[in-house]
Amino acid sequence: MNKEKNKGGVKIRALKHAFPKTLPILAGFLFLGMSYGFYMRAEGFPFYFPILMSIVIFGGSLEFVAVSMLLSLFSPVTAFFMALVIQARHLFYGIALLDKYKGTGKKKPYLIFGMCDESFSINCSAEIPEDVDKGWFYFFVTLLNQSYWVLGASLGSLVGSLVAFNTEGIEFVMTAMFIVIFLENWLKEKQHISSLIGVIASVICLLLFGKDSFLIPAMVCIVLLLFAFKRPIGRCEK
Amino acid sequence: MTLTQQFITIGLCAVATMLTRFLPFLVFSGDREAPKLVQYIGKALPGAIFGMLVVYCLKGVSVISFSYGLPELIAICVVVLIHLWQRKMLLSIATGTVVYMLLVQLVF
Repeated sequence: MNKEKNKGGVKIRALKHAFPKTLPILAGFLFLGMSYGFYMRAEGFPFYFPILMSIVIFGGSLEFVAVSMLLSLFSPVTAFFMALVIQARHLFYGIALLDKYKGTGKKKPYLIFGMCDESFSINCSAEIPEDVDKGWFYFFVTLLNQSYWVLGASLGSLVGSLVAFNTEGIEFVMTAMFIVIFLENWLKEKQHISSLIGVIASVICLLLFGKDSFLIPAMVCIVLLLFAFKRPIGRCEK
Repeated sequence: MTLTQQFITIGLCAVATMLTRFLPFLVFSGDREAPKLVQYIGKALPGAIFGMLVVYCLKGVSVISFSYGLPELIAICVVVLIHLWQRKMLLSIATGTVVYMLLVQLVF
């Protein structure tokens, strides 16, 4: 019985540590999810569509793009490859999290299923105290974030038209969070080569390829540059 | 599109998404150590990804047409300064967001 109690304690401690870190996402996802749910209803889809899609796809940008796919002619191959391209950045997250998600046991499939920009950023950058279980911390961050998104999409789908107050600009909460995570990482890292590569390669590719197609070239450039600077980066890591 | 075709489209989007999420873990699974180069990339990537995500969030900002990215620039400065001063994540994020909302709703 004591053991059971401890087990519960482990979860609660992890949840207590995870919840505050997800608060900005609560704000951002409720808002974005609601806009998404409301948008789908406005385009004439049944109420369960945005809810279903937010559960099985769970990727904001793809879900918005999928709305226009669903409104045009049926072309499964295009849909599949569009989705691959839009979601390709998850490959990066996976490679960066290989080590961290090791040994998370039965929670691992869900951690990977529910991986998004925000959960990746929190799980990859969080400093987890000794007495908090890493696996459960990652689990609750992932689960809370997805719940916010599904809740937002459901609310938007069901009661979206009732919300009237001026929320213009609230989407900046996501930008602000990524800036803070970038800055925290910057203050902690021993060298800034990788961070600088990320910003500079992305900006250059954005200027060259435009906002709708810069992500893949940027990812390729980042990997190539990280290899090119392997020696100075590797030296600092050791 | 029929309802079935819509479900197929949603299903394909979900499968493609899962492929991008699971692939690295499937390729470098189990007890086998990932190759040294992949381990290196995994360690070196986070800083670059965080930078990429910041640019990704700001991709829609135009600096050549009104409002010239000024609300974003001001709000980013607020976030950075408050964060350097207090180092409290939620405080920096909340203040920056409120400043941005006020700027786009009342000033620009």
